[in-house]
Amino acid sequence: MLLVVEQFLNGLQFGLLLFLLAAGLTLVFGIMDLVNLAHGSLYMMGAYFAATFAAWTGSFLLGALLALGATLLLGIVLEVTALRPLYGRDHLDHVLATFGLILFFNEAVRLIWGPAGLALPLPAWLTVPVPILSGIYYPAYRLAIIAVALVVALLLYVGVMRTRIGMLIRAGASNREMIGALGINIKLLYTLVFGLGAALAGLAGLMQAPILTVQIGMGENILILAFVIIVIGGIGSIRGAFLAAIFVGMIDTMGRAFLPNLLRQVLSSTAASTAAPALSSMLIYLLMAIVLVVRPEGLFPANRR
Amino acid sequence: MSKAFSASRAVTALMLAGLLLLPLYSQLSGNLFILTLFTRIVILALAAASLNLIMGYGGMTSFGHAAYLGIGGYAVGILAQEGIGSGFVQWPVALAASAIYALVIGALSLRTRGVYFIMITLAFAQMAYYVASGLARYGGDDGLTVYKRSAFAGLVDLSNRVQFYYLCLACLLGVIALIWRIVNSRFGLVVQGLRSNEQRMQAIGFPAGRYRLVCFVISGTMCGLAGALLANNTDFVSPAVMYWTRSGDLMVMVILGGMGTLFGPVIGAVVYLVLEELLSQVTEYWALIMGPLLLVIVLFGRGGIMGLLGRLDRG
Repeated sequence: MLLVVEQFLNGLQFGLLLFLLAAGLTLVFGIMDLVNLAHGSLYMMGAYFAATFAAWTGSFLLGALLALGATLLLGIVLEVTALRPLYGRDHLDHVLATFGLILFFNEAVRLIWGPAGLALPLPAWLTVPVPILSGIYYPAYRLAIIAVALVVALLLYVGVMRTRIGMLIRAGASNREMIGALGINIKLLYTLVFGLGAALAGLAGLMQAPILTVQIGMGENILILAFVIIVIGGIGSIRGAFLAAIFVGMIDTMGRAFLPNLLRQVLSSTAASTAAPALSSMLIYLLMAIVLVVRPEGLFPANRR
Repeated sequence: MSKAFSASRAVTALMLAGLLLLPLYSQLSGNLFILTLFTRIVILALAAASLNLIMGYGGMTSFGHAAYLGIGGYAVGILAQEGIGSGFVQWPVALAASAIYALVIGALSLRTRGVYFIMITLAFAQMAYYVASGLARYGGDDGLTVYKRSAFAGLVDLSNRVQFYYLCLACLLGVIALIWRIVNSRFGLVVQGLRSNEQRMQAIGFPAGRYRLVCFVISGTMCGLAGALLANNTDFVSPAVMYWTRSGDLMVMVILGGMGTLFGPVIGAVVYLVLEELLSQVTEYWALIMGPLLLVIVLFGRGGIMGLLGRLDRG
């Protein structure tokens, strides 16, 4: 029981984190039609910034806040300098150019921070276990991640669905030329959206940083999970990204936690312990395959009219 | 094609002559390293050429092509570990395993188009990567050492550097000849037609999915051969050969050389890997230069090196 609750919360936390990453990716793709592989690099930069600024200021919160601003700024600079010429080009060009950016960022991090990873220590008030049910404790920091991510998701929803900027973003997603023709500064809108996506990725990175180590290439594996989420949820759909992210986070976490025991019931224990790690890492890809067979355009495609 | 002489043909001929004579140079100058480097280049050129078949001619942008390198490699490595050292068994198994993987992955991912296809092939290759990492019996994360190279009953000795190099080169040229035959066959024309206008091809009555899938499987099988060669070259196979950056490298090679041209991927592989080697000798942080260079190539170098040479011909 304890383990189930704990793993459920872990899955939820991981899923919400994945959502932050996938939301930026799907926004940028849905609105700007840009495939950004370097999104994982922004996640990594968020973590590195946070570790640096937190060490600098001596405060975790202040460091995180500064890191958030820094990633936003980095996103904007990146968009203006490197990505602008790519709009309207073939997706293959996007993939290659942003692949080049990944190489660049990984190497730049190695040059600046060195090849060894960094640690982002938590302040004492975030490390205490919090009682959630009678007798069940859960780390405060992981609860904080869940809370922050939920608030951000809510803000994003309200921002996109209920504000003027959000309306423009949605309009841009469904017809780019038309809103340009209506006199909206589309360039500014793109920069804004990209910056927002970068900040979301940075937020995910800096929140994950105290749990894992901050290291080069940390954004790459999680980026692929974000891709899987977008494929499952439907490209350009925030709602799809949210549901798919929770789903993937749950399945991945639960699979890793319970599959070995489950397999042990049917297989011999040696066979189970060999098969379990491989199988549990395959789970979400199998899920993706099933979704593809049933609904190739994803579960919640954005531009279904 | 009409002109007897053109810049692209001259460069291709020069490069082929260079590749053929390389062992001679290596023997004369005593520079063994260059032979090792170029064996690797030839093998990866083979992988890039196979990717070009689906990406350049078929319009299917696979971002998971490195998976076949791993599958081919693991087929050799696992069989060698289990005591089956004959290449006559290992290599057909490597090709068959790649073909089966391509068939399954292709059947699923070809249901989608465009960016979806890019992401899905990427995700499946990553899945293969994780599965290989989970193979505790065969080294898991650390990889698997291949203690004995594939044996071909005394026909060729893979441990002999020069013989192995020529074997790789022969495989590369064989695959390119095969691609040339495929591209100019009726089947190849249909696949290229599908790239240009799928609806029209379907209206004429060609089953788009089946043609694409067959092309996808052929390409994967060819790349599986590259995987078997690569495992023999490094005497080692690990999940790292399937890592997604390797798939990205292959794409870069194809585009750098010129998509949809017969020898483009080979030129791309030679230029990319030699450049990587040279830059890494200059600075440890070579990727700092390589990354932005890619961006510049994408922005300004349409059609890759072959495209550039083609423009040179037209004046």
